[in-house]
Amino acid sequence: MRGLRVRAALALMLAAVLALGIAACGGGSDTGSTTTGASSSENLIQSNPANGKVTITVGSKNFTEEYILGEIYAQGLEAAGYNVKKKLNLGSETIALKAIKDGQISGYPEYTSTALGSLFSVPADQIPANAQEAYAQAKAKLANEGVVAYPPTPFADSNAVGTLTSTAEKDNLTDISDLKGVSQNMVLAGSPECRERIDCLVGLEKNYGLQFKKFTPVDIGLRYTVLDKGDADLSIVFTSDAQLANSNKYTVLKDDKELIPAGNVIFLASKKVADEAGPDFTDTIEKVQGNLTLPVIQELNSRVDIDKEEPAAVAHDYLMQSGYIK
Amino acid sequence: MTVVAAKGLLFADAANRCAPGLPASFCQHHETTGCVGGNGLFCPGWAVDNFDRYVGPFFRHLEIVAISVVAGFAVALALALFSHRHRVLIPPLLGATGVLYTIPSIAFFFLLLPITGFGLVTAVIPLSAYTLQIIYRNTLAGLANVPADAKDAGRGMGMSDRQLLWRVELPLATPEVVAGLRIAIVSTVAIATLAFLAGAGGLGAPLYAQPDFKTNIIMVGALTIAMALTLDLIVVLSRRFLMPWQRARPR
Amino acid sequence: MIPLASVIDSFVGAFDFILHSRDAVTGGHVQVGGIPYIWTFARTQLEVSAVALGGALAVGMPIGLVLGHIGKGEYFAVGFGNAGRAVPEIAVVFLLAALIGIGLGNVALALGILGLPPILTNTFVAMRQVDPTAVQAAEGVGMRPWEVIVRVELPLAAPTIMAGVRTAAINIFATATIASFVGLSTLGDLVTGRNVYGDDGVLAGAIVIAVLAGLIELALAGVQRLLTPRGLKLQRATRSA
Repeated sequence: MRGLRVRAALALMLAAVLALGIAACGGGSDTGSTTTGASSSENLIQSNPANGKVTITVGSKNFTEEYILGEIYAQGLEAAGYNVKKKLNLGSETIALKAIKDGQISGYPEYTSTALGSLFSVPADQIPANAQEAYAQAKAKLANEGVVAYPPTPFADSNAVGTLTSTAEKDNLTDISDLKGVSQNMVLAGSPECRERIDCLVGLEKNYGLQFKKFTPVDIGLRYTVLDKGDADLSIVFTSDAQLANSNKYTVLKDDKELIPAGNVIFLASKKVADEAGPDFTDTIEKVQGNLTLPVIQELNSRVDIDKEEPAAVAHDYLMQSGYIK
Repeated sequence: MTVVAAKGLLFADAANRCAPGLPASFCQHHETTGCVGGNGLFCPGWAVDNFDRYVGPFFRHLEIVAISVVAGFAVALALALFSHRHRVLIPPLLGATGVLYTIPSIAFFFLLLPITGFGLVTAVIPLSAYTLQIIYRNTLAGLANVPADAKDAGRGMGMSDRQLLWRVELPLATPEVVAGLRIAIVSTVAIATLAFLAGAGGLGAPLYAQPDFKTNIIMVGALTIAMALTLDLIVVLSRRFLMPWQRARPR
Repeated sequence: MIPLASVIDSFVGAFDFILHSRDAVTGGHVQVGGIPYIWTFARTQLEVSAVALGGALAVGMPIGLVLGHIGKGEYFAVGFGNAGRAVPEIAVVFLLAALIGIGLGNVALALGILGLPPILTNTFVAMRQVDPTAVQAAEGVGMRPWEVIVRVELPLAAPTIMAGVRTAAINIFATATIASFVGLSTLGDLVTGRNVYGDDGVLAGAIVIAVLAGLIELALAGVQRLLTPRGLKLQRATRSA
């Protein structure tokens, strides 16, 4: 009897010590080197063993920003305990959407502007500039296809007409409209499908009334190389590009006629899979994108496109520094 | 969320604002100088540090090639053996394998995508089809080149048609068959760099992820060629080892 | 496995894309499809292939002829062909784009490099296979080396050389599909442009590529047959095809 009481007291003391220890550790990381302002234990994704029986296949399109985003969502979901597979490098959005419907992937990151403009053929001038409005529209349309759209990321990305700063200064170019009268001597480079798109070459010709000396199709990965090498005077770039953030060598012309809609990223997922995955799915997706402001995505893009690091490693570091994973 | 589009503004902002949940030091300036940042011809330091990014794709590539060549070889061999007996089938089979050879693999990949989806199957089918012609033709040529006296000797010994085929004709046909196999393997290794378009991975995937980074392109190219030549060497050595009685034919 | 009806359906859609123009999938009343539209892509692909093939012939044949005639450099000539098969096209195309830039000249150069090995190797092997007595007879009559090459050896070697040209031509044309990654609008635009052209457009592009490749193959096979001197058995160049 006395032995039991001693043991109980010891156990209580042990528990108290442990509790104090945990509290101390938790408090200690607040002043640690990783995160400031947010308590890491709040942000940390908790692994739920029940999620292990759900398999999520995360897809992405085939350029740097999409690879990074795909990795961020995939690693976040993995931390939440899901069984995650990756199918990055799917190609264009129609293929990606089809892959969701066919059950080949569970979801992928899409841009509101692309979802509305490409998947649902909404004319560019009818796509809302406001992020929440665009999201609401996309969400409604996608729901009809059995696809769930999650709330948008802080940052927005859009196509833009870029050029060398030296060219812009020489010809006094600030807006796209400034190209009038000058562009017929200029070569425009863009992805092959840009030629037929109203939010790309077709729109530049119709809405802006511009004529170009030539349109050169190039792979997205070469969009800055063509400017560097002088193979093109103008190139279709992305506003969140690493190259724009890290040097003044390139200039983006302002879309004064608002031809090209901006898009925040929304994660699209098959409703079936989302339902099966439970509330942790939504929570994780919304959590991991919380710190994706424009400077942050530019930083991540820079690490991949300039420092040539791997998207997986870059995403991992982002998740760790944000306190989402350990 | 407005799009920042003025010159220079992005550059200044990146240093000032990061995100509330991240330390300001997370967002840095990245120099576009030096070998890696400035896209020099070949950056050995980077190649050594980042070698692991090619390891997975390398073995995946090997897997794709192995499956494609084995499948193609099996089918082509079967067709050759069958049409060796029923010679009327040879012209149409030559034509069919020729057509399959002519269809560029990239077109074939995109054709199959809606049917077989992303993955190994979509890559393997066109790659195997591509090998059919060379293996089929070479096997037929090998069988046709079997000396008549060898066959007579076999018949003289009382061999049945089947025994003749497996004990006399095929062994004597191996030089041509192996020659065709070698060509098939090397070609398949090269074309499989496009398999990433079918969602199957392979060495083309890291290439396409950074298609303007010269070091990356050279690494993928070098690894692909190394794989092709090594596999070729293995086949040559295996043949010499397994069939030392075959005189090395002049190439 | 796949319902036959949907396969037929897909082909009907593709042929419709080839014959008639229609709205692009991405809207905006942009017209795509139809024979003139597709022809611009096909023409570019054929043009760059022709330039590349010409370049490969201009470089590869003389080297192969000379080496074959004097009988030296077998290791190089045959090894070059083997090594050439191992080179991945897409890497060459992107590397040249990174080094020199994009455009017709650069793409033609990349493709020419790919077409060079089969031509050089086949020319060499073909020259080596020419009956030596014919060469001796010609030299005995007093012909100079270049005369021997052009008037005796070349006609006898022509069939095997043509086999190499056929291989090179098909490889070049096939690879020219990916030229749309590096500045040339070829049929690869259609094949990779499912967004804009839809499933019909992709299938149409693939069909046109396959058909054109087949026509090139047939045309060159015809030339090969024409070039085969009567009385010379057509040796199947199994090792060099």
